[in-house]
Amino acid sequence: MNTITITLAKQAQLYLEADLITPDQFAGKSTAEIGAIEISEGKIRYPLASFAKIEGAAGPTPEETRIVLNGDWSRVKRIGQQMSAGEIIINSNVDMYTGGWMKGGKITVNGNADSFTGIAMAGGELTIKGNCQNHVGSAYRGDWRGMTGGVLRVMGNVGNDIGTFMRGGTIIVEGDAFIHVHTHGEGGTIIVKGNVEGRVGGQSVKGDVFVNGKIDYMMPGFKYVDDVTKEVDGVSAVYAHYIGDLGERHPDVKGQKIFTNLYLKK
Amino acid sequence: MTEYIIKNGCVIDPTQGINGQKMDICIKDGKIVDKVSNAAKVIDAAGKTVMAGGVDIHSHVAGPKVNAGRLFRPEDKLFKSPMRKSNLRMEMGFSVPSVSKTGYDYARLGYGFVMEAAMPPLEAAHVHEEIRDTPIIDEAAMPVLANNWFLLEYFKNHEIENAGAYASWILNATRGYALKCVNPGGTEAWGWGLNCITIHDKVPYFDITPAEIVKGLIETNEYLRLPHSVHVHANNLGNPGNYTTTLDTLKLVEGYKANNDFDREQVMHHTHIQFHCYGGDSFKSSSFESKSKEVMDYVNKQKGLTIDTGNVTLDETTTMTADGPFEYHLTHLNHLKWTNVDVELETAAGIVPFIYDPKTYIAGAQWAIGLEVALFAKDKERCFITTDHPNAGPFWRYPRIYKWLLSAKARNDLIANELKYGDKVIDTTYIGELSDKEISLYDLAQMTRSGVAKSLGLSHLYGSLKTGMNANVAVYDIDPENLPSDPEQYETAFGNVFAFFKDGVLCVENHEIVNYSMPKKTVWVNSIVPENKQVERDIRDKFLRTYTVDLENYAVFDEHVHNPYKIKVDITQ
Repeated sequence: MNTITITLAKQAQLYLEADLITPDQFAGKSTAEIGAIEISEGKIRYPLASFAKIEGAAGPTPEETRIVLNGDWSRVKRIGQQMSAGEIIINSNVDMYTGGWMKGGKITVNGNADSFTGIAMAGGELTIKGNCQNHVGSAYRGDWRGMTGGVLRVMGNVGNDIGTFMRGGTIIVEGDAFIHVHTHGEGGTIIVKGNVEGRVGGQSVKGDVFVNGKIDYMMPGFKYVDDVTKEVDGVSAVYAHYIGDLGERHPDVKGQKIFTNLYLKK
Repeated sequence: MTEYIIKNGCVIDPTQGINGQKMDICIKDGKIVDKVSNAAKVIDAAGKTVMAGGVDIHSHVAGPKVNAGRLFRPEDKLFKSPMRKSNLRMEMGFSVPSVSKTGYDYARLGYGFVMEAAMPPLEAAHVHEEIRDTPIIDEAAMPVLANNWFLLEYFKNHEIENAGAYASWILNATRGYALKCVNPGGTEAWGWGLNCITIHDKVPYFDITPAEIVKGLIETNEYLRLPHSVHVHANNLGNPGNYTTTLDTLKLVEGYKANNDFDREQVMHHTHIQFHCYGGDSFKSSSFESKSKEVMDYVNKQKGLTIDTGNVTLDETTTMTADGPFEYHLTHLNHLKWTNVDVELETAAGIVPFIYDPKTYIAGAQWAIGLEVALFAKDKERCFITTDHPNAGPFWRYPRIYKWLLSAKARNDLIANELKYGDKVIDTTYIGELSDKEISLYDLAQMTRSGVAKSLGLSHLYGSLKTGMNANVAVYDIDPENLPSDPEQYETAFGNVFAFFKDGVLCVENHEIVNYSMPKKTVWVNSIVPENKQVERDIRDKFLRTYTVDLENYAVFDEHVHNPYKIKVDITQ
């Protein structure tokens, strides 16, 4: 695997949008060609080289391309958007939409990420070592097709609207979440190892939500069923099993009614 | 003085019976003329098809419902809104395009006139504001009237002169064009949580049936001698087994004759008839079936009717209609988001996104039924191509529908390769029976130009290349003497007009929009009726008691209406 290192040397006046920083775009290109890839500041496009120093070499294919981002990327949006393979390592905080719509490959953020991280993600691994803001692994505004695959791990805390309209894949939050977890869910798994203030599984039809800490305010649409032992992220424990959201439709699959399962650690 | 000559094109103009004849079309000062001077700019159309600008009879392109569709579907724009091109405004959206994209895309198809299909009278100002902001194309809008409290009461008492006075007042107040009828009575019944499924279901409180409403509208329309006939979206849209309701509705024209000075022959235009040709009692392939033949048999022999198809394009789209109960029904079928509004005494509207997925049986069957309607139509001057944009698909897919109609191969390939349940679709529809049927370019010109203009009562303005007409001319990369062997070329050619003149201004040259600043028109009907004190009193009274707006603030004012083109119809003379 070849590594290409990009060091952000100059801060833009506005926020930058770097949806073209992906192994898919970089693969097979020379350093000069990569420097010519455009990033947007507002409605104006600039070559990447005008903001950053580019060293190393991209691999011949996205799979063989690793991108390392150094410097301060905290005001750059959309890194790794729609990437399908390869790896991005960000040694900085980042702004919004990191790894949005990603289909494969791996992104690691050694810092915090802002909102919309991994939205509508379909595959791959996205790891944030710090905290995230809101709409992590959520659907795009208005869309009913949210995250469908992949693993999105946040080592710190997250804000609200986590995994809205989720249909597949896994979101793991090692810290706390605020409100609106798995709202309108139609599948997938969310694991919150810390506490959640409330509104877990509102209008959710299908999927699994695990909470290891406390939920301050349970949704009234969830009903306790039984206690079960579950292995969650490699650790076995006993969970109280709830089903819901009872206010929603419950599709029949092969004669069995489908619910969202909420598991609260005992 | 601007002069153009479109040289050596193969001209197709059904209004003059010209079918592929090689000839020059001359344009001077916005009009089609017999000859121009040597200074005229030459457009070389050798090996290309020349037609009048297209005319769309039914498309939801402007107004509160369309705009709500844009607001409510941000995902419709996601990754589909490229950066602005140098000389154009930004273009956004897929199924509900922004106003700029709407104008540009119609120009790219070679269309010069579009009828906004449903204008809630109370929201007329919004419709006209969007018309103003839509570049290039001329537009008109039809006020929605089949659930209007005034008219329901007048029709109940069979007071056609009063209904006429009111409808005339509405046309003038909204700068509207024709009388639109959506789910007659059913939308009002929806206010009580009910619907009208047949034409004999009573509307609660008003104690009137859809049949009486439609007949009342026909009589009112002919009393007012309007350019267009009543424009009907019948009851029971989209439901299996609805074709009997459709036939009952169509038969209401019997005994009526068109009364107008605009060359219009029909007394009813039935829109998006594809949605109204279903048999069976569920959407399952074991029950659902096409009844397009039964409906088209009647349409073919009834000269008092024109129809448009409402072709399904197999896309993800946005349904929007004044048929409130239908949208409620739809959201329970597909579980997608829904919005609904009640427009006081007048109408309602709902919006639900919808995916016509070729992997489902039902989308394939609906696709087939839309094409069957067009193929069964004997008189192509009375059957027009639409997608009920955006309900059955976006309008900029028209070229794809042309392809499916012009080429049996394109149709059969799709059934074999793209429809998951192609065999079941063949079993339950007539598309297999029509497997070698194709329309000609001449038929296409009738179905998108001459016939449409005639049905709208606009044949003096659009749909023809006769000398003296406004120069709306489209030139396509299709050689009628050497038709493409690959059907895809039809779609490419009709979707990217080679050259397009709008009112004599070269708008598209060499496939690129070069000018969109020409003055576009808003066409409306100024209906004049004898003074009617009772209706004046009724209007004042209802505004005092029930409307949320004051009568003085109701009518659109002149500044709202962009470059109005008034068609005066005075029945007092």
